[in-house]
Amino acid sequence: MSRIGVFICHCGENIARTVDVEAVAEALKDHPGVAFATGYKYMCSDPGQTLVRQAIAEHDLTGVVVAACSPHMHERTFRRACDQAGLNKYMCEMANIREHCSWIHEDRGEATEKAIDIARTIVEKVKHNQPLESIRIPVTKRALVIGGGIAGIQAALDIADGGHEVILVEKEASIGGHMSQLSETFPTLDCSQCILTPRMVEAYQHPNITLHTWSEVESVDGYIGNFTVKIRKKARSVNEDLCNGCGDCQAACPAKKIPSEFEAGLGKRTAISVPFPQAVPNIPVLDRQNCTLFKGRRKGLAKDACGKCKEACLKGAIDYDAEDTFVEKQVGAIVVAVGFKLYDIGREQPEGLKGYGEYGYGEVPDVIDGLQFERLASASGPTAGAILRPSDGTEPKTVVFVHCVGSRDPEKGIKYCSKICCMYNAKHAMLYKHKVHDGRAVAFYMDIRAAGKGYDEFSRRAIEEDGAEYVRGRVSRIFRDGDKVRVWGYDTLNGEQVVIDADMVVLATAMRPQDGVRELAQKLSVSTDEHGFINEAHPKLRPVETNTAGVFVAGACQAPRDIPESVAMASASAAKVMSLFSADELEREPAVAIVNENTCIGCMRCELVCPYGAIEQREICTVDGQVCGHVAYVNPGVCQGCGTCQAVCLSKSVELQTFTDEQVYSEINALCAWE
Amino acid sequence: MSDVTVTAREARHALTDIAYYPGCSLHGTSREFDESLRAVAAELGIGITEIRDWSCCGASSGHTTDHLLGVALPARNLALAEAQGYDTVLAPCAACYNRLSAARLAIATEDGLAERIPDVIGRGFGNTVQVRNAVELLRDAAVTVEEKAAASLTPNPLEGVKLAAYYGCLLVRPAEVCGYDDPEQPTSMDEVISACGADAVDWNMKVECCGGAFSVTRTSSVVRLGRAIIDDARAHGAEAIVVACPLCHSNLDLRQKAMVARGEEPLPILFVTQVVGLAVGLTPESLGLERHFVDTEPLIARLVEQAGARDAEERRVKQEAAAKAAERAARQKKGSS
Amino acid sequence: MSDFEPRITAFVCNWCTYTGADLAGTSRLHMASNVRIIRLPCTGRIDPLFIVKAFERGADGVIVSGCHPADCHYTSGNYHARRRFAVFHDIMEFIGVDPRRMTFSWVSASEGAKWRDVVDEAVTNVRALGSFEAYRALAPVEDRKA
Repeated sequence: MSRIGVFICHCGENIARTVDVEAVAEALKDHPGVAFATGYKYMCSDPGQTLVRQAIAEHDLTGVVVAACSPHMHERTFRRACDQAGLNKYMCEMANIREHCSWIHEDRGEATEKAIDIARTIVEKVKHNQPLESIRIPVTKRALVIGGGIAGIQAALDIADGGHEVILVEKEASIGGHMSQLSETFPTLDCSQCILTPRMVEAYQHPNITLHTWSEVESVDGYIGNFTVKIRKKARSVNEDLCNGCGDCQAACPAKKIPSEFEAGLGKRTAISVPFPQAVPNIPVLDRQNCTLFKGRRKGLAKDACGKCKEACLKGAIDYDAEDTFVEKQVGAIVVAVGFKLYDIGREQPEGLKGYGEYGYGEVPDVIDGLQFERLASASGPTAGAILRPSDGTEPKTVVFVHCVGSRDPEKGIKYCSKICCMYNAKHAMLYKHKVHDGRAVAFYMDIRAAGKGYDEFSRRAIEEDGAEYVRGRVSRIFRDGDKVRVWGYDTLNGEQVVIDADMVVLATAMRPQDGVRELAQKLSVSTDEHGFINEAHPKLRPVETNTAGVFVAGACQAPRDIPESVAMASASAAKVMSLFSADELEREPAVAIVNENTCIGCMRCELVCPYGAIEQREICTVDGQVCGHVAYVNPGVCQGCGTCQAVCLSKSVELQTFTDEQVYSEINALCAWE
Repeated sequence: MSDVTVTAREARHALTDIAYYPGCSLHGTSREFDESLRAVAAELGIGITEIRDWSCCGASSGHTTDHLLGVALPARNLALAEAQGYDTVLAPCAACYNRLSAARLAIATEDGLAERIPDVIGRGFGNTVQVRNAVELLRDAAVTVEEKAAASLTPNPLEGVKLAAYYGCLLVRPAEVCGYDDPEQPTSMDEVISACGADAVDWNMKVECCGGAFSVTRTSSVVRLGRAIIDDARAHGAEAIVVACPLCHSNLDLRQKAMVARGEEPLPILFVTQVVGLAVGLTPESLGLERHFVDTEPLIARLVEQAGARDAEERRVKQEAAAKAAERAARQKKGSS
Repeated sequence: MSDFEPRITAFVCNWCTYTGADLAGTSRLHMASNVRIIRLPCTGRIDPLFIVKAFERGADGVIVSGCHPADCHYTSGNYHARRRFAVFHDIMEFIGVDPRRMTFSWVSASEGAKWRDVVDEAVTNVRALGSFEAYRALAPVEDRKA
């Protein structure tokens, strides 16, 4: 016989303003199976939870229904309270009369009636709830970090220092990410590589970290605590165990004019190369697209057209016949830290974005973006740190910096602010003025966003100490006029048009998600937003978790962000991973499907539809051990509780616990209470 | 050989019978645009017929007064074309083109407008007509233009001549209304110029404002803006500016006297249809070239002379080569016999 | 007839539509009050008989709503639901149930406004169709008040 307690929350004014809570309590008191019904101001508060515990004891309750906010908010809270009072926590459910009722209706009568219906429906469901026990599964205490930029490196180091194994996968030839391309970092003007490379080396040498560079995640199966990941190690054509990083192969390579990706197109590299001298690992990659030998092989030449790197290598590390290999590993948690790329203003754009025809579609050579400026300013860059025009190598005497190119521009398809550009523009203006003392730096801005520690002071420095001219207004056109780059802008504070004949223009282009991030997200079953940034579980309170248990996110792949925040997120993810690894077993919700072997006819339709491969055949034997048939069996460790199997079962033999047919039908039947 | 797109070849067959909406300017101050358009259309085998009983498109006054009025005025003309059995309307004037296209778009996308318009204009309207301007039409017919230019009996006076394509504003913007070319860096008129054998220069003022309707109320602004356009075209080596809009033409041609310095050669402003006409061998008179304020005669005379001289030189070189070849053949024959 | 207010049962998935409906609440988006939500882990869990039962037990209309294709929290549950519903929809139409009584939609966790639109549209449509008493009269269920 059911003895259910119903607790209706006022939620201050949130529910009580629209729903007559006392009327709901009265109506539920009379409902068959309800032993106790009351209203209370704030059920989730300490006294509210005490009320539940007391009522369980006093009225010998067999089930609890809290009619209040969404179960997504407080199901856990009230289940815990029931557990503390000795009532199995799965006998507790919530009826959503706030988000689904008081907050969306105005008519008090209608809302109260609806609240009564909702509460009654859940009471009927709870009558069929079972006292379930959590499932315990083992946890593999090894983490996978995808992305070797500053966020990935930080997460890997934190987890490794915490005593757990980490696999760090990076798709480029070296870890370091975009931070390794920067010259200096704001707000301290620290040399970027100086602060980054020690971390890179630490990650490489850490006994707990296994680094796979020039590699990508091929597939991910499984679930929290028990992921199986397959990593594709792309063919480097260089044996990582034999190579000692001497660089003789690079010196010998005849193909020297390939645009360097690391130099953002402003410098050249050889076909076999490391991206930059401080690369970690310092093992080159042979770019088969641009390699003379491989071009010849693709043409079908009988004899190899080149072999200079192999000849030059004294360790015999070059292997032209190397192929992609795969590594399969079990991990318990995954951190996604794949970073960002910059929006480009060219004509060709992905769906939903437009380029900047008014700025020349990227075809004016002296109009560059932020990363290109960083390479110019870098001591190890293509101009050894001198600020020079890409077109003719002369020193620019007037440089215009344009904020918000792409960002905050719905016309071009990007509404968001990229957060870091106001800061790095100030940095660029300062770096330019430090190197070209008689130069003129003009920055066109909309608003200055310098909200971090020391940030506003830094951006004021550019103006007050280094003489950068800040003009509030947008740039309507940039085009080449003879030797100069003409910039048409507007000064909204003076109300005047501004025309500048610049020598060089630096565009602060928007931060965008990496290429291939949607495919990766699908492999991990995490979702991305309309731009491709990875979705966090909750924007305020769960910023480093995703909706897939066991998969965490850090850095600019979740939203535009700067280095300190990326590092903070990375450490936060690492903390989450380590808390996951702190127990040997993980408690899982018992919302899994169970097969009734007596009625199962073994058609295995369920096996076909299960997205996780959680269902297998199990043989049925007679008393004397003869196999006489088979039935389906659901692995409780793998089942995620979707219930698709139950919907296709012909004999109604599989039941999803917490959403059984009895429970659902009882809710449907409760609708007759409308009469 | 110019760079003509495949779609242009495919579009050829569609250019047989088109409704023609001249608007007020092509029958008035830009008569030469109308004359040259008709001459070129005939030459290219494009049939154009004026819409019977066409009326004002509203231009700027229409849509700045009232949205419904600004849509209904052009819609009436589209409805007439539809009723008269056409599926395409050619509106050479950029403002008419823009208003007719905008009306089309508004009726297709705005809630309730498709239902209201028939009441306002007093006839049914299915919004089935497409709207084209002269540049688009000629771009789609570029293959034919090239063929005709090559087959012309007179040498092409525009061969290799540097021309600056000036689009102004309404031909390519707003992007959703026009849609046939890039709004910031358009190339359709450049393609037409290339098909004529001329050299479309890469210059900076393709889509910059000429001052538009301020020609009368703020003439000084028009002069300042126009001067910037002409100076840039000249700086990039253009011998003439090509336009496809009566107002652009008027501002740059009629007002050019105030824009050029004393002693400076003025820059002729040609309609794109006149350019095509010259390339395919039509006479300057048939193209209305004598109607311009900036005299086109010196330029055309010079280009015709240059073309003639070039052609004569080519012939001479060919004759010499043929003669040499004949001589060689004769010697060989002698040697073997 | 003019007083008729339809009763609509909605079968929604926990991860997308239920959360989207929560968001509609958090955003205080007002909508018609005729809908009662039954939460399920996934639309793949929905047995067509749930819908039949709902009609039998008093619903004049039914909404089924889940995650957008490719976004199902359980990877493929919503695809199964879509296929199942497509066939079920045809069967219901064949036996004479007006298909406008059933609404199938994708509402994601961030689409509070879309949920409001789905609800309002379904209520408007079903209100126009009138009560489904005719169906219940075919086979009256004894002991309706369980």
